Amino acid sequence: MYKYDEVDHRLLRERVEQFRDQTRRYLVGELSEDEFRPLRLMNGLYIQRHAPMFRIAIPYGHLASRQLRRLARIARTYDKGYGHFTTRQNMQFNWPALERVPDILTELAEVEMHSIQTSGNCVRNTTTDVFAGVAADELIDGRAYCEIIRQWSTLHPEFAYLPRKFKIAVSGSVEDRAATLVHDIGLHVVKNDAGEVGFRVIVGGGLGRTPMVGKVIREFLPTRHLLTYLDAILRVYNRFGRRDNKFKARIKILVQALTAEGFAAKVEDEWAHLKDGPATLRDEDIAHYAGFFSDPAYETLAASPPELTDALARDPAFARWVARNTHAHKQPGYRSVVLSLKKTGVPPGDITAEQMDAAADWADRYGFGELRVSHEQNLILPDIRERDLFDVWQLARAHGFATPNVGLLTDIICCPGGDFCSLANARSIPVAEAIQRTFDDLDYLFDLGDIDCNFSGCMNACGHHHIGNIGILGVDKNGEEWYQITLGGSQGNHTAIGKVIGPSFAQADVPLAFERIMALYVEQRLAGERFIETVRRIGLEPFKERVYAKSH
Amino acid sequence: MQNLIKNNAVTEDAWRLIRADDESYGAAEDVILPLAIWLATDTSARSGQTAVWLAPDTDLAVLAPQLARLPLVAIDFPAFTDGRGYSLARLLRERYGYQGELRAIGDVQRDQLAYLSQVGFTVFAIRGDRPAEAALGGLHDFSDQYQSTVRQPEPLFKRRTSR
Repeated sequence: MYKYDEVDHRLLRERVEQFRDQTRRYLVGELSEDEFRPLRLMNGLYIQRHAPMFRIAIPYGHLASRQLRRLARIARTYDKGYGHFTTRQNMQFNWPALERVPDILTELAEVEMHSIQTSGNCVRNTTTDVFAGVAADELIDGRAYCEIIRQWSTLHPEFAYLPRKFKIAVSGSVEDRAATLVHDIGLHVVKNDAGEVGFRVIVGGGLGRTPMVGKVIREFLPTRHLLTYLDAILRVYNRFGRRDNKFKARIKILVQALTAEGFAAKVEDEWAHLKDGPATLRDEDIAHYAGFFSDPAYETLAASPPELTDALARDPAFARWVARNTHAHKQPGYRSVVLSLKKTGVPPGDITAEQMDAAADWADRYGFGELRVSHEQNLILPDIRERDLFDVWQLARAHGFATPNVGLLTDIICCPGGDFCSLANARSIPVAEAIQRTFDDLDYLFDLGDIDCNFSGCMNACGHHHIGNIGILGVDKNGEEWYQITLGGSQGNHTAIGKVIGPSFAQADVPLAFERIMALYVEQRLAGERFIETVRRIGLEPFKERVYAKSH
Repeated sequence: MQNLIKNNAVTEDAWRLIRADDESYGAAEDVILPLAIWLATDTSARSGQTAVWLAPDTDLAVLAPQLARLPLVAIDFPAFTDGRGYSLARLLRERYGYQGELRAIGDVQRDQLAYLSQVGFTVFAIRGDRPAEAALGGLHDFSDQYQSTVRQPEPLFKRRTSR
C-alpha cells in the first residue's frame, strides 16, 4: 500500500485545518450557506434528511487493517455504530454532527485517510478493479498509476471548480471490473505491439440522467504522458464544459456535442503544448510509486490443498460459499475472499463497527493486513490461503458476512435511497430487501446464476441501475414512490445501458415483476446461458409480455 | 475601497476597474477596460495606463499579439465556483508567456487564494463585502502541492525522486 511521507502528512494536516476554519466561519456566519456548500461538498459533507452525511475516501478501494479499525472507532464515537460502503469504493457515515466533522478528519489524518474531493464539482476518488494486483486474469497492475492519479488530482489548483463532478477509473485486467466505460475518464492499462505499457483512454461515459458509454479517444498513450494528457482533457473540459445547466454539465455532454473525434482533436491540440512538460513521468517516478505495491511475502503453496478439497467435499454450504464468494488469485494456493454485505434485512453496503474490527483482525491473522472495498459494495480479503478458507468462512458466517450470493441476484448494488438521501425520489432499501426475501431459496438463486441487479433511488444513478442486467429506478409520481425496471444493462467488457421494459410498478408489485422475469428466463435459457445472454438473445418483448400480462 | 491583496499585503493602487462598456473615464486615469472596449481603444491617445479584463470564456488568441504591452490583465470570476479563470491564467502565463500583473476580480474570496496564486495570479481584488485583511491568510493555506503549477513547475513526484 502507499505510505504517506512527510509532505503528504503535512498537506493533509493543512487541509484539515483549512476545513476546520471554513466550518468555524460558517458557524459564526462569516460564510453563507450558499458559500459554504461547495466548500463542504469538496470535503465530502452533505446535509441530508436526518443529519449531515459524511463521505470518506478509500483511494481505489484499498484499506489497511488499522484504517478499517479507525473507521470502526469513528462509527462508534461519532455515529451510530455502523457505516456504509458506496459504489465509489468509499465509506459514508449518516449521523455525524457538523461541528465534530473536523475532529473526525483529525482522526482520519492520523491513519492517512481523508475526505478530500469525495463530493463536489472536482475530480473524485479514482476507482479500480477490486482485485488489482491479485487477480489471476490481470495483465498489468494499475495501482501505481491509481496513486499517481490520486496525488495529481488531490487539491489540483487548476481543476478545483469544474463544471461538474469528475470520475476516473482504471482497469488492468482481461475482464473490466471497474466499470471504466461509464466513467468521465476510463483508463485501460495495456501493452502495445512493441511491449510498451500505456493506456487506452476512454472519455465521456457516465450514468445519471443521460447514460452514455464512453468513447475511445486514444488507443495508446505511453505511461510517461499520463498526467500531461489528463491535464489536457481536464483543461478542455474546464474551459468548454457547460456551466449553464447542471444536468448538461458532465463531460459526456461536451463529448457528445463535439463528437468523440472533435473532442479528441481539441485534447490533442491542448496536449501538444503540455506533452513532455514538467509533469512528464520518468521511469524512476513510476518505479517509486510501483514500489509501494510490490507483492507481499506469499508462501510457496500448492493449489487446492487437502484442507480445502476435503472441506469442499464434506460441506456443501462451504462449497457454495467458495464458488460464489472467493475469486481466483494469481498466486497458487491463495484466493481472494469477498465478505458479502448483502445479507437480507441489512441495507446493501452497510457494515457495523464490530464487523469492521473483525474483518481487520482476519486481514491481519490470515492475510497481509490489507482489505479492499468493491464498487459492488462488498469487502474483500485479497490474500487468503486456500487452506484457511474454511476457518475464514466460519468466522465470516458468525459475523453475518458469509451470505453466499456474490454476483447473484440478491447481491444488489443499492444507493441509500429515500431513507437517507435528500435527493432520492423513492426508498431503495425496503424494496431491495423485498427482492432478497422473494429469492431466499438458495437453490433457485444459484440456478439463476450470475445476475447484476442494480438499484438507484433517483436518476442521479448512484446505484448504477443503467448497467444492471436488471435495473431498478425509483421515480416520483404525484408524490408516490414508483419503480421502473430496466433490462439488458451490463458493466465490464460489454458495457451496455439497460432499456426500460414499460410502465413503472408500485412498491408492492416489484417482487412479482422480478419473479415473472426470472421465470421466463428459466424457461427460455439455453444450456449454460446466463441471464444477460438470454436477454440479449431474445430481446425485451417476451419479458414485457410476461411482466405486464393480466393476471387470471 | 479596492480591497486588494498584493505582495502578501493589503494595499491600494490607482487602477480603476471599468465594468460596463458605456462607463466613462478620463484620459489620465489608469483603467482596466472590458476586452471589447480595449480592442477598440487607441491607447496612444491616453495619458493614463490602459489594461484589460477578461471574461472567463475569452479566446486568448485575440489578445496574444498585444500581451507584451499590457501592464496588467485581470480575469473575472462571476462566481467563485466558476473555475474557467484558473485555466485562462495558466494559459496566459505558460502558453502566451505573459509576465505582467495578473489580477483576479469578481467573486474572489479567502478560500480560493491559494489555488489562484498557484495558477499565476499575483493580485487579488477581494470581493467588496469581505475584508481583505481576513482573506490574507488564505494565501498560506498550503505549504506545497502535488502538481506542476505556474509558481512551482516541478511537480512533487519529481522533487521526491530527485532528492
